Amino acid sequence: MMFNWFRFSSPATFYPVASAMVPWFAMFAAVFTAIGLYIGLGVAPTDAQQGDAYRIIFIHVPAAWMSMFIYLVMAGWSALGLAFNTRLSSMMAQALAPTGAVMTVIALVTGALWGRPTWGTYWAWDARMTSELVLLFLYLGIIALRQSIDDSRRADRACGLLAIVGIVNLPIIYFSVVWWNTLHQGATISLTVAPKMAAIMLTSMVVMTFAAWFYTVAVSLVRLRAIILERECGTSWVTALPELRT
Amino acid sequence: MPAELTAFATPQRRPVAVPRAVATADHDAGAVLPGVRWALARDLRLALRSPTELGVELLFYVIVISLFPLAAAPQRELLTTMGPGVLWVAALLASLLSLPRLFASDYADGTLSQIALSPFPLPALVFGKVLAHWLTTGLPIAVLAPIFGLQYALDGRELSTLALALLIGTPILSLLGAIGAALTLGLRSGGSLLALLILPLYVPVLIFGAGSVDALRAGLGAGANLSLLGAGLLIGIVAAPFAAAAAVRIALD
Repeated sequence: MMFNWFRFSSPATFYPVASAMVPWFAMFAAVFTAIGLYIGLGVAPTDAQQGDAYRIIFIHVPAAWMSMFIYLVMAGWSALGLAFNTRLSSMMAQALAPTGAVMTVIALVTGALWGRPTWGTYWAWDARMTSELVLLFLYLGIIALRQSIDDSRRADRACGLLAIVGIVNLPIIYFSVVWWNTLHQGATISLTVAPKMAAIMLTSMVVMTFAAWFYTVAVSLVRLRAIILERECGTSWVTALPELRT
Repeated sequence: MPAELTAFATPQRRPVAVPRAVATADHDAGAVLPGVRWALARDLRLALRSPTELGVELLFYVIVISLFPLAAAPQRELLTTMGPGVLWVAALLASLLSLPRLFASDYADGTLSQIALSPFPLPALVFGKVLAHWLTTGLPIAVLAPIFGLQYALDGRELSTLALALLIGTPILSLLGAIGAALTLGLRSGGSLLALLILPLYVPVLIFGAGSVDALRAGLGAGANLSLLGAGLLIGIVAAPFAAAAAVRIALD
């Protein structure tokens, strides 16, 4: 028998799945954060040039990656929502947007805090920073657009379209350090070339990236459950939920 | 195509008829150019019938440009440095300010629903409207820019580069703006929300547009910046009318 991919596109069937997944992803996020921070702050050696200030990259780089990756995933769900008219896809996109905005803020703030001792300035109008700031505005625009449309189905489609249009910004951020030779350094890590950083630092960064990833999944699934309950509050399956019958 | 859709009365002094059924089937490829032509002619006629509105939009552009030397010290060097950027930012704001004109009044009196029902493909009609918007805002801005550039002590080559960059860049502003204008139709916080949605998308145009003069000054030549603007314009022409038409349909549902 063919597996029906649309089975879980219904909020009613996905809600219990999300409920079951949240604790696992939250636990993985906590464990990976603990390991990553222990390696990053405790085991990794002090950098010869930057001192201890470099340790902020263990937060900065995962947050910056996630800020772009979440946008991509959000636009992907939006596209699915527009193509198949599945409510859950749009809800997923809606649930991801705040986390994406938070990751972007974290990347910008940690970058500024790191830039002060290292570059001597909190902020420079460099290509990557500017495009990351634009990414933040895109997230905020999508959230604001959703807030100002009362009809949730219209909001789904309007935000989905905006998310897809805004995706042109992603390659600009990603390649900004390649196209423009400005203050922000180029990528230290790449899949094709051997990493230009110590293995222990790389380990910590990768572990922290997984932590950020698990955190994102856990938090957006929690938010997704809230969105499902809010939108489907009139349906019989929601009123029959054991956790709401108290 | 029911006959009552081909002509209907509108309350204001708008040109009346929605296009006659030139095409027989929906989304007939042969109906694209007539659709563009019809929407262009109608919106141009509408815009030219309220010349004050157009004049006010251009005056807004002029005033924003004149504010910067008053706010900053009007030293010649400083003016030359910031001139192209100021003219571009003013162009962005003027474009933003005139965007509601694209769809809002048509949406308010129901004309937009009739336009969406017409036999012409909606993206073609949207493209015609965008073209009319650019001809009445972007084009005058680009043409006037060299005059205001003189106030910022730009020399001849810089002025011509600036005007050329504006000529290529302002249609992109109208194309992108149409998407935002359609998305925010009928929303509570329409105007400021439109700014939040559209200005981030304008940023690359601003960077490459204002950067063209900087590149010229640095001796690199403006070619790369202008080519990137041109590429953006081509992508915009191909993609933006479809996105804006989809946004119009979302707003009309």
